[in-house]
Amino acid sequence: MRKHQNSPVKNKHLQFSKIKMKPRACIRFKCALTNTILDILRQRPGWVEVKEEGEWDFYWCDVSWLRENFDHTYMDEHVRICHFRNHYELTRKNYIVKNLKRFRKQIEREAGKLEATKCDFFPKTFEMPSEYHLFVEEFRKNPGITWIMKPVARSQGRGIFLFRKLKDVIDWRKVRHVLSLLAPPEFFGKDGVRTDDQKDETQVENYVAQCYIENPYLIGGRKFDLRVYVLVMSYIPLKAWLYRDGFARFSNTRFTLNSIDDHYVHLTNVAVQKTAPDYDPEKGCKWMIQRFRQYLTAKHGAEQVETLFAEMDNIFIKSLQSVQKVIISDKHCFELYGYDILIDQDLKPWLLEVNASPSLTASSQEDCELKCRLLKDTLHVVDMEGRLTGKEKRVGGFDLMWNDGPVSRAEGNVDTPVNGSFMANTCLGYNNDRKKQLKQLFKLLHTQQKV
Amino acid sequence: MMPDQDTGLSLAIAQIVQRLKGSSFHSQLERQARISLHKPEIKLESLKEDIKEFLKTSGWEKKLQNAVYSELNVFPSPCHPAASPEHMKEPLVYMRKAQGSWEKRILKSLNSMCTELSIPLAQKRPIGGQKELLNKWNEMGTDEPDLSLFRPVYAPKDFLEVLMNLRNPNYENGDQPSFRNHLGLIQVPLKVKDIPELRDYFSELGLNIGQLGIDDSTQVPPELFENEHVRIGQTVLTERDSAAAQQYVRQGCPTALRAELWALILNISNQPEDILYYEQLKSNVIHHDLLVDSLIYKDVKLTASNDDYYFVFEDYLYQVLLCFSRDTSVLEHFSYNSANPPKSYIRGKLGVEEYAVFYPPNGVIPFHGFSMYVAPLCFLYHEPSKLYQIFREMYVRFFFRLHSISSHPSGIVSLCLLFETLLQTHLPQLFYHLREIGAQPLRISFKWMVRAFSGYLATDQLLLLWDRILGYNSLEILAVLAASVFAFRAVNLMEVTSLAAAEAVLADLSTLKVMPLLQIFLFATVT
Repeated sequence: MRKHQNSPVKNKHLQFSKIKMKPRACIRFKCALTNTILDILRQRPGWVEVKEEGEWDFYWCDVSWLRENFDHTYMDEHVRICHFRNHYELTRKNYIVKNLKRFRKQIEREAGKLEATKCDFFPKTFEMPSEYHLFVEEFRKNPGITWIMKPVARSQGRGIFLFRKLKDVIDWRKVRHVLSLLAPPEFFGKDGVRTDDQKDETQVENYVAQCYIENPYLIGGRKFDLRVYVLVMSYIPLKAWLYRDGFARFSNTRFTLNSIDDHYVHLTNVAVQKTAPDYDPEKGCKWMIQRFRQYLTAKHGAEQVETLFAEMDNIFIKSLQSVQKVIISDKHCFELYGYDILIDQDLKPWLLEVNASPSLTASSQEDCELKCRLLKDTLHVVDMEGRLTGKEKRVGGFDLMWNDGPVSRAEGNVDTPVNGSFMANTCLGYNNDRKKQLKQLFKLLHTQQKV
Repeated sequence: MMPDQDTGLSLAIAQIVQRLKGSSFHSQLERQARISLHKPEIKLESLKEDIKEFLKTSGWEKKLQNAVYSELNVFPSPCHPAASPEHMKEPLVYMRKAQGSWEKRILKSLNSMCTELSIPLAQKRPIGGQKELLNKWNEMGTDEPDLSLFRPVYAPKDFLEVLMNLRNPNYENGDQPSFRNHLGLIQVPLKVKDIPELRDYFSELGLNIGQLGIDDSTQVPPELFENEHVRIGQTVLTERDSAAAQQYVRQGCPTALRAELWALILNISNQPEDILYYEQLKSNVIHHDLLVDSLIYKDVKLTASNDDYYFVFEDYLYQVLLCFSRDTSVLEHFSYNSANPPKSYIRGKLGVEEYAVFYPPNGVIPFHGFSMYVAPLCFLYHEPSKLYQIFREMYVRFFFRLHSISSHPSGIVSLCLLFETLLQTHLPQLFYHLREIGAQPLRISFKWMVRAFSGYLATDQLLLLWDRILGYNSLEILAVLAASVFAFRAVNLMEVTSLAAAEAVLADLSTLKVMPLLQIFLFATVT
């Protein structure tokens, strides 16, 4: 049944040359991380771990390995790897801005202004230092609003600060400049600045200045953001899955714009929270997304919540479409993205950023269970075992969101034509009864195979 | 002797009329009637009929109905005119006595803490302190006062010890081990419902009746039950009828309608005067510092702030509980509560009745876990004044019964007895086994019931449970659920050999689905 019979080019210069395999007795995996994912891989029946230079069928690599080795690694057809070559087109703050801006223009040209507004879910953002002058112009146009400065390649909230006065940015630039003269680039690298590709090896670390959302939705007076997981199996055609679970991360302190020096208030990344003086890891500061959805429903009614979640679907799809043509599509690659979404008081969702290596280290029992479910189901969708038909609309907690076009929730396979009222096949914040679904799914597949 | 039916009815009517006359609702109604006089359709010759018609069409008749219905729900039907007011609080003398001595113990413990720490029960806050508190009213949780010296006045397990020692002096318990008296912890004879009676009472929870919490799960297409149920719920809300709402919630509230339906049942409308009242309580908090405030802080920090679900609502809890402690309107519920508000005396006038004041002003001393009565409501109400009124009404209707000693069917003593009787009758082996290993089931389930399961169940499940409390105007469902939980985990419990192990089996209830458990226990078990 499988079609990976095409003979590999044996090239001694390739670092990892893979020998073609008949139906594999076992799946050899390699894992660069030592957290939840490693446990999940080790537990998976029929999978064996390979260390160091051994050959592998599946590699959960980190992005630095990807950068150094991807281009000179030959991979057999069945081999899978957990990142796309240039994932940073989506995950680096300056690139996603550029891609979204371009995509918006394209939509405007092809489908009109109204359609293009569907891309307006990213706060106004400028690349620093290259767009500094554009930023200053915008800043002067709307005085008094708050801006947030983020280093493009850092994650988990590091290096972020807020400002309202242009003077603060000018001072900051001066300091950066002096520092860059004094210290070699590695100076900034100590907490992971250069973990990503940097095409322009400038002395000064790149930042983006982003319009700060001043009216975030608060629960119990606290700010929060949502973490949602999207799995992309292919860019051309675009095939993306949305996970049912996710969570809301609460800020430990109360939201106010009066003290913008206190950046603990504004950042809801767990990584930042952990350094707050009164952080209590036992508390977790998280709500499962199901609880969040229920809370909103109790407050605003089901209809408004449906709209909000539909708008979030739009964010996932539009952002992926915006990079569809620039990401190097490669059938060996898949990627699990962590989307960070902020909701404002008008119940409008905003995209804060997309992470290519979402934190898989669990912060609490509930969190750990979520990540285990997520990763197990990711492996089910990646399907190294070759059990799926490729027509499934749901695998465990993953619902197929996009398959070269929207996917309908109506009965039937992905091919079933859409008729009548369309209902998207996304279930974020629904009950995740994955075990039952998987049991049914694999049972069905098993009987089909026999026939 | 019981009054006959007719006299009983007229007594009840007289009581309700009298109560409503003193309410702000009465003056509102009067004002509306007076305003209506200026309307052209009100004629002098048919004045009475016209005004009646006007009140009907303008919705005031419905409001009156709801007010009467609320009175009927809250107040016990009047007893014989010759009966003393104590009788209405609690008909059994030994229960009253036991409650009295329990109160003395609590008050003594509070007073000794006061002396030990040399903190006055109440003091005026200095101006600076007032300003500071006002500024951080919305973020009181960020305050980390040193509360290490404070301890909760009592915890559920202390209260259980008291209940275990309750005896009816007219009833021969004897030391003779008999079938009944030595198995459970509760040794007083009270009438509790058996399974057939419960089936009859909770008939809307039956297997053939649609239930939210069961029939809204993903396997059941929504058009079968859920959509229709939501539609009916919206109609109930438009009709603004408390009685219909109460009947409706027996099958569960749709999440989006719950807040309004509960408010309708509890007859809470959050009028401008209610908001004003809340603001007054708030200013009382700002002006005076009470010792119970520290107890409230401590309790919130120990319970809700550590809860995975409720930590977010910490600030709301202070805004509700601090105001609650100052609310003297809560004192009214002592006319039907077996408890009496504790008294304190102005300094130097100890024991002189003219100088007695209720302390705390609402007459309720919080205990460990008290704030969990408020926490789930934060999920539904976001405006502090509305949240406050809902909580106060829930307290004076239901929650007070969970920590006062009485013979009421919803009182904690009856609930404990109902729980033990159900378990003993339907799972005798399990009951015997647990008792033998020193794990009396009530020792485990008591805290669930005292907190009405708040903090033990997942929020959605808890709200489905509280739907039924409101729907049946009864707390008995708590005892039934506690027994259902034991039944559900019976296999594992039969294997344990110690109290700690039994507690471990029952430590995490957050994955339980309330409605299926209740249905199976009540309706699908062969008796």
